[in-house]
Amino acid sequence: MKIDRQPYRPFFRRFKDYKLDKMQQAFRDAEQADPAEISDDLFEFAGHDIMDAERIGYSNYSYWRSTFQVFFKKKVSVFLLAFLVALLAFTFIQPLLPNQKDPYRVYNDEAGKTLMNVQPNEEFWFGTNNIGQDIWSRIWSGTRTSLFIGLCVAMSNNIIGIVLGSIWGYARKWDKLFTEVYNLFDNIPYTVLRMLLMYIMRPSLKTMIIVMVLTGWIGMSKYIRNLILIYRDREFNLASRCLGTPSRRIIIKNILPQLISVIMLQTALAIPEAIGAEVFLTYIGLGLPVSIPSLGNLINEGRRVMLVASQRYQLLYPVLVVSAITISFYALGNAFADASDPRNHR
Amino acid sequence: MVRYILGRLGRALITIFLVLSIVFLLMRLLPVDGYFEGRTDLMSDTVKNVILKDLGLLDPWYKQLFDFWRKLLLEGDLGKSIVIRKNVPVARLIWPKAMVSFEFGIIALAIQQLVGLTAGVLMARHKGRLADKLGNLYILLINALPAAVYFLAIQLYLSSVLKLPMLYDPINTSSRILPIICLSLGGIASNAMWMRRYMVDQMNMDYIRLARAKGMTSGQVAFRHVMRNAFIPMAQSLPTAVLFTISGSLYVESLFSIPGLGGLLIQSIQRQDNTMVQAMVLLYSVISISGLLLGDIAMMICDPRIKLTKKGESR
Repeated sequence: MKIDRQPYRPFFRRFKDYKLDKMQQAFRDAEQADPAEISDDLFEFAGHDIMDAERIGYSNYSYWRSTFQVFFKKKVSVFLLAFLVALLAFTFIQPLLPNQKDPYRVYNDEAGKTLMNVQPNEEFWFGTNNIGQDIWSRIWSGTRTSLFIGLCVAMSNNIIGIVLGSIWGYARKWDKLFTEVYNLFDNIPYTVLRMLLMYIMRPSLKTMIIVMVLTGWIGMSKYIRNLILIYRDREFNLASRCLGTPSRRIIIKNILPQLISVIMLQTALAIPEAIGAEVFLTYIGLGLPVSIPSLGNLINEGRRVMLVASQRYQLLYPVLVVSAITISFYALGNAFADASDPRNHR
Repeated sequence: MVRYILGRLGRALITIFLVLSIVFLLMRLLPVDGYFEGRTDLMSDTVKNVILKDLGLLDPWYKQLFDFWRKLLLEGDLGKSIVIRKNVPVARLIWPKAMVSFEFGIIALAIQQLVGLTAGVLMARHKGRLADKLGNLYILLINALPAAVYFLAIQLYLSSVLKLPMLYDPINTSSRILPIICLSLGGIASNAMWMRRYMVDQMNMDYIRLARAKGMTSGQVAFRHVMRNAFIPMAQSLPTAVLFTISGSLYVESLFSIPGLGGLLIQSIQRQDNTMVQAMVLLYSVISISGLLLGDIAMMICDPRIKLTKKGESR
């Protein structure tokens, strides 16, 4: 059954259930009761109250409050949120903690020999890599880099996607042009586009972000456009338009608030996606320069020594951290999307 | 109808023309050092110029573009590979590799559809119970983890657990099992997720309630009503999926060293084999455009209510 978001609904429902319970209880009582015991003093007149007759049911439904209520009711999502906040906080606090190693420094022992491929021990918590750098601090430094890329890409894609997607969806005369541009971009395999751009602009942090935004904005625009189309000709927008509201205001005040939940979901999913794309680009040799630790670089370094069983820790730890980050972002995004869907509100 | 298809084909040709031209020009922006295969310092400038001239790279870009299109359209000639295997026509290089990828891809696609859709139906019918939770966990893991991570895990651990070879060997059939598993995982997850969502949404529709009310069992309803309707969007995506199996998967093919098409495009770009890149971009855009068109036609055949020629509604 589809539940419309009518304002009186929650009240009505509660009221009905309450009345139903009372009636059932009364029936049960009546079945058990001895007919002789039923006397008139069990009944009373309800009377007529003018104020009661005028009372209207209402709901103090608030979208965001219901969203958070549904969200926080699930223990898993609260746990994930706490975990993610702790992880992010730790990523940024880590270099300030005492006894941390420098992610770039090559460590030597007293004799001056490089400490390469040291198994995890008390000094090097996650061991060292094949040139003697500390994997523990490299992982956190890499996480910072990768999260930075993810956030930048997600934000830029969102901004460009929302602005262009709104124009595309709302202004009919631009629709044809945008659709043709979309078809064009959609038909260039984006691996080709990414690789060519990476080559032309030389791999670096900035290039990686630019390349991912250049290949990502069109998808986000299309997505926003489809959503805008759903709301564009609804009655309330028609009414606004008749009253002379400028299009910009209709988009910003009437339509975009309806899309907040999906936009947030997209942002949450964009981060695991960006990390995955970074790992992929590194895998085909077009990632960040090896000197910059990033999750993609760390996994790739680990992959090279994967066949030596004793050195698998170099792959295992980065993979665990990547998995923890991507899984919690993804699950959290989905939990939030569920919570923000009005159909799940009571 | 015929007019509609012709119109779409016409627009498709324009799109392909633009796509190929853009990639062609982007390739010309790459640094020229790439054409000397890393022997830059051993060559004098005269030798370099001769090589570039042989490749036709010294002409202005519009002349290069014009020559390329003239050859392709008038002679149907995509040119010869210039680096990967010198002077072998590109079609002869691409075709056998595409067939290898196709072989793996089509089996994986069949598994994805069978397992994924069955899993989706099961999850929807046991909504909120153990089967559903396990399925959702699987979908979460597959979607959230970078593909490289679980492919590596499969290659590393599953091969030793199941005693299967780690690398592909054309003679040994059992060496195909792991790559096919890897190729199917993602598709199983997305098919199951989609089918579950669809079933759950449809279960509340009026026609389903009518069917239940007149006494059909939920199993009958699932297969006779829901599955039939679910097949329509699938009919649209299936042609593209089938055609794209020949493109292979870069990760899986390079991990298991399968001589497929997956890594060829990337290898060609890396080694700046212009003719190969152009041929493969042409191949991929033809595939994706014709896949879309075939999909729309298939959808129309499956569901007579859908009319492609009708003007879209305002909403």
